[in-house]
Amino acid sequence: MYTVADLKKGLKIILDGDPYLVVAFDFVKPGKGQALYRTKMRNMINGSLLDRTYRSGESFEPASLEERSMEYLYKEGEHYTFMDQQTYEQVVMEEETLGDAKNYLLENLKVEVMLFGEKAIGISLPNFVNLRVTETEQWAKGDTSGNDSKPATVETGYVLRVPPFIEAGELIVIDTRTGEYSTRVKG
Amino acid sequence: MKLDALWLRANVIKTVRDFFWERGFLEVETPLLIPANAPEEYINPIITTNSWQLQTSPEICMKRLLCGGHQKLFQISRCWRSDERGSRHLSEFTMLEWYRAGCDYHTLMGDCEELLQYVAAKCLPDSRSFVRNSTRITPFAPWERISVQEAFLRFGQTDVWECLRKGLYEEILTSVVEPALAGFSAPVILMDYPKELAALARTKPDDSELAERFELYVGGLELANGFSELNKPDEQRRRFEEANRTRNNIGQAVLPMPEPFLNTLAMMPESAGIAMGLDRLVMLTAGADTIDEIVAFTPEEL
Repeated sequence: MYTVADLKKGLKIILDGDPYLVVAFDFVKPGKGQALYRTKMRNMINGSLLDRTYRSGESFEPASLEERSMEYLYKEGEHYTFMDQQTYEQVVMEEETLGDAKNYLLENLKVEVMLFGEKAIGISLPNFVNLRVTETEQWAKGDTSGNDSKPATVETGYVLRVPPFIEAGELIVIDTRTGEYSTRVKG
Repeated sequence: MKLDALWLRANVIKTVRDFFWERGFLEVETPLLIPANAPEEYINPIITTNSWQLQTSPEICMKRLLCGGHQKLFQISRCWRSDERGSRHLSEFTMLEWYRAGCDYHTLMGDCEELLQYVAAKCLPDSRSFVRNSTRITPFAPWERISVQEAFLRFGQTDVWECLRKGLYEEILTSVVEPALAGFSAPVILMDYPKELAALARTKPDDSELAERFELYVGGLELANGFSELNKPDEQRRRFEEANRTRNNIGQAVLPMPEPFLNTLAMMPESAGIAMGLDRLVMLTAGADTIDEIVAFTPEEL
């Protein structure tokens, strides 16, 4: 168990059954009064923020979270399945939990899955992924309209802006941190 | 940046020292390692070898000097309070305390006004004002003196006695009253605390439920705590025992009684004393948001 003296930014604790990350912390103590421990915490499952103030003597259950390398297998409706290649153990995550990460999930992509007990609560992607363009308008040679980008759809269904010279069928590199086009994969 | 802060810190300390020397105060050094501090509910001393303690404040020794006949005393010394660390707290910090015989807390409020004006004029000659959270606070404007009850009613629309009963005192003070005080462009004095919040202070002659204690706030930052000293040994012992009972109830160690202090207290003349967080005065002078910015090293850096 943690006590209030352990509270600091980055600490992970369990509150009402959910894992929370302490994102801000301060110790407040009015003259001659009791100490207050003010925290701002982020729910690690749904991302919501919570302000809580504690006093001396209160304690917290540590949230044990584990990151495991897994491979994305397939999607069925809104359920995405991942598998640990070592143990063949599978976990399923909802589209809502994945958030924007779903835009880059191509079968066999290797990701880090964050587990809270048995439950998968999020994934970390590689910073860059290669995805093939399935649909984009043809670039009219001699177009001087000044547009320096156009929309393109990639094989996961994700739509992003790409430079005009990119054609359907080409492989492009996308930065998963920003969701933006990075470069073209030659050859 | 830290180089500038350390120059400013040294300048503030020298200026404070000049202020008291010019006014005929005796600068004293009392032992930092003592057998017993004044037992208080929510202040935890650091215990060293042979169960002695590092001082949480020099007040016990300073008051014994008052008992010995000294009239005006000041000290700048290190104090330690276990497990206190935040943006305004360090477990080891620097305290300025001064004591006057033959005075009550009103005299100390006047000292505070003069001291802050002196520091602002000497250390910040251009602006002659402090900065806290981008608010400029000038000690040369008139200071408001507000009773604690009035502050709770005015800023929190709530009664301080009711907050105390419900255990909400600290919460309302820090989340409602102090932020309201941060909006004042001059320092503010909160005064006349419920007596349970002033273990070493004298109660008011016309209201035994209130203690002659005040706190100085600058830009919402609590800077100093002063009071008219209680000089009745029996009453003082009873309050220390009460503090120890509370400590026992909340699972904190019961602390030893400072017996030599209690034994000489009857000889203490009417007097008043005050403790000011010197680190916080430096923060205000530097316009620093955190105490980390104005010390040579934080504990995390050691």
